[in-house]
Amino acid sequence: MKSLFRWELVLIGLVCVAVALAPFILSDYNRSQGADVAVYVMAILGLNIVTGYTGQISIGHGAFMAIGGYTTAILTHNHGWNDIATLPVALLAGFVAGLIVGIPALRFHGAYLALLTFAFALAVPQIAKNYSHFTGGTEGLALPTHSGLWLYGVAWSAAAVIYVWTWLLLRGRTGRAFQAARDSEIAAASSGVSLSVYKTFAFGMSAAFAAVAGSLFVLINNFVNPDVFVLTLSLYVLLGAVVGGLGSLWGVLIGAAFIQLLPIGLTSSTLVSSSSVPVVFGAIVILVMALIPRGSAEVLRVALGLPNRIRSSHDASTPQSLEAR
Amino acid sequence: MQSITTIRKPTTPGGWIIPGLLVGFALFLLIGSLKSPLFAQQTVAGLANGGIYASLGVALVLIYRATQVINFSQGALATFTTYIAWQLMQWGLSYWPAFVLTLGIAFAGGILVELIAIRPVERRGNILTVVIASIGVLILVEGAVGWIWGAEIRFMPPAFPAHTIHVGSVAFSVQDLGTIGVSIASVLVLWALFQFTKLGLAMRAAALRPEAARFVGVRVSWMLSLGWGLAAVLGAVAGMMAAASPSVLLQPNMMDGVLIYAFAAAVVGGLESPAGAVIGGLAIGAMLNLLGSYVSWVTPPLLLPAAFVVMLIVLLVKPSGLFGRTQVRRV
Amino acid sequence: MAALLELREVDARYGQVRALHGVTLTVGEGEIVALLGANGAGKTTTLRAVSGMVKREGSIAFSGRELRHEGPEGAARLGIAHVPEGRGTFSELTVWENLRLGAIIRRGSINADAKRVLALFPWLETRRNQQAGTLSGGEQQMLALGRAMMQRPRLLMVDEPSLGLAPLVVAEIFRILKELNERDGTTILIVEQNARNSLAAANRAYVLETGHVAYEGSSESLMQHEAIRRSYLGY
Repeated sequence: MKSLFRWELVLIGLVCVAVALAPFILSDYNRSQGADVAVYVMAILGLNIVTGYTGQISIGHGAFMAIGGYTTAILTHNHGWNDIATLPVALLAGFVAGLIVGIPALRFHGAYLALLTFAFALAVPQIAKNYSHFTGGTEGLALPTHSGLWLYGVAWSAAAVIYVWTWLLLRGRTGRAFQAARDSEIAAASSGVSLSVYKTFAFGMSAAFAAVAGSLFVLINNFVNPDVFVLTLSLYVLLGAVVGGLGSLWGVLIGAAFIQLLPIGLTSSTLVSSSSVPVVFGAIVILVMALIPRGSAEVLRVALGLPNRIRSSHDASTPQSLEAR
Repeated sequence: MQSITTIRKPTTPGGWIIPGLLVGFALFLLIGSLKSPLFAQQTVAGLANGGIYASLGVALVLIYRATQVINFSQGALATFTTYIAWQLMQWGLSYWPAFVLTLGIAFAGGILVELIAIRPVERRGNILTVVIASIGVLILVEGAVGWIWGAEIRFMPPAFPAHTIHVGSVAFSVQDLGTIGVSIASVLVLWALFQFTKLGLAMRAAALRPEAARFVGVRVSWMLSLGWGLAAVLGAVAGMMAAASPSVLLQPNMMDGVLIYAFAAAVVGGLESPAGAVIGGLAIGAMLNLLGSYVSWVTPPLLLPAAFVVMLIVLLVKPSGLFGRTQVRRV
Repeated sequence: MAALLELREVDARYGQVRALHGVTLTVGEGEIVALLGANGAGKTTTLRAVSGMVKREGSIAFSGRELRHEGPEGAARLGIAHVPEGRGTFSELTVWENLRLGAIIRRGSINADAKRVLALFPWLETRRNQQAGTLSGGEQQMLALGRAMMQRPRLLMVDEPSLGLAPLVVAEIFRILKELNERDGTTILIVEQNARNSLAAANRAYVLETGHVAYEGSSESLMQHEAIRRSYLGY
């Protein structure tokens, strides 16, 4: 993960150009949908850090998005903060929440952790519903609207920052520690890497990024209530991570685009009604797990004959990543 | 695959905490019920909910025991089958015939899901991929419910007459008693199947020691499919009982919360013990209902977080649950 | 005497490692044949090849019919009872349930078979409801044999029956095997490191060394063979 291959530089350049130019050819509404893609990028990046890199499966990232989203909503709605200024606060709130979750998470392997994060994802919106004094309860809180262009710009700027931040995080000592934690606990422990610290830190960063994603999600919708962070959101983030490929930064982009754009593509073709989208998504998850468990980024890489990064062979099909025993 | 040494944990001092707590809780329920009619009613209502959690919890345990997989789609499958029951009733079938027919459909459906969605994934991947596949099934099936029947709330015809039975000064609703009865009965029937029939023995053998089971001629993968079928049947029971209860409305995500309670029930039992799941389910149902009734700051939205906390505490304190066996992971 | 089991030029591999090279052996109906060899010689692999548990080339015929990777379930249904190394006992189930499992694929009443097994191992009757995992090693081995008998097998394959057992218990086990063979006519293929007991019980034997058949012949001739005496019998 140290340096970039030439083809990667080219690809990054292309992506940046595409992202920068897209708003000029899109309608305002589509720009806000483009902003949604950025939201998913950040959420999936977050999820990838814990599940793809340190191998701690989490199905609950929607909860961290909720924490970020409500932070932004409460600060802007109740206290009149400037929207963008709330983002760092959301980041911090997410980080703290991630640490708090990450510490007990150390004690659980695989299936148990999946179970607990799943329950967590359902529990957090309920708490928001309960303390309606702060959170507006089921009625929710309304937020000032912004133009599609503004949303696109802010969302993708945040996404770019977080993407680079993740890349820097993963290429250095921290990244190697993460991978060591995932691939072999015994080896990592014996080489002096303090597993617990790194794993908890990973959870913190992961939640922080998801929180920022949640903040932007709320800004895009200019509304928040517990139903915004419904279970499906967590599941779709996982879906995006898995379809793109766990442990792959490129996969994050593929996954995010997939979640946002597939439904649009499906419904606009008038072949399929919008309510069938989850059915298609579910089927795709199953197919991906059966046929290409490493995700599409890996498949594309192989198909295009591109060289492999020296990376441990972790993917969704590696035995170590889930120990339920 | 790593080999596992299973040690049957003898009764250690710490091992008495959870059983002790449960016995204490049961006594608490009994005494409270004798002293206060309202308490008795709420306990029974809570146990009715608990019966639902117990059946779904046993379904989860069934699959986990055999495959170490946590089936996240168990609730969604229950929802789907409940909608089928509703549809059958819309087409003119009366309640109990529709109930029984739905159980048959659920059985077939469970087998189908295992064959189509789980087995292809299991072949290539590991537990993580199968768990994610089960999440795929969750998304698919919940989506299918919305697609076929729409997201509007529907009303399920009642299973039991809306009478109350009076015992002394306490009024028990037939609804609650019926739910408890049906839930317990279905679990007992399943238990009998496993204990006393050839097929049940083969399934137990396949779950406990798949390789040894193959040596005596048991088709282990087929046993697995049957397990999923039976789990789906229990799920259907849970779903239909849930739809009949006042607190759950027939909508696509109706079992999401129940799934969490069922997980909590299963966890209390150690994820491998059906008896534990039953006891856990009943206990959680009673406890949550009483908390909701008597503790003022516990409002309905907080019940699910409460169950989450229970699950967390049990897993932190005694991960092998009530009746679980401590498994040593041989490296 | 017809050949019940016939292996011809069987190669087997675990991934890239070849475990068996051109193994050719036969087991005649009603015989006791021993498969001897040191650790890693390929004895267990041979049994697993018959049970269809390992990739192999070559021909394996059972009762004249070619076996095609049916897997152990298929082999069991054809009448092969495979008692694996480690006995394959269901420790969490009771003694009686273990025995019932032996006959699980058979239709009809199992009472006659149960009687026969209990006649051979009368002590099982008192332990019927005991958890199989709490039995001693020797008892578990006998339970495994009892379970195999419940299958009413045409061929009984036993892998390392003496492993981890005291000499007296081992002697008892071999006595039982001989009785099964003489009384019921069960054909038996024993895989063993313990050459002395095996040769005493068997009619014929094969000795495997690093995956191929090094010696074969009647027990008497092998017992007198000098190289075998030195390497496997210790004198």
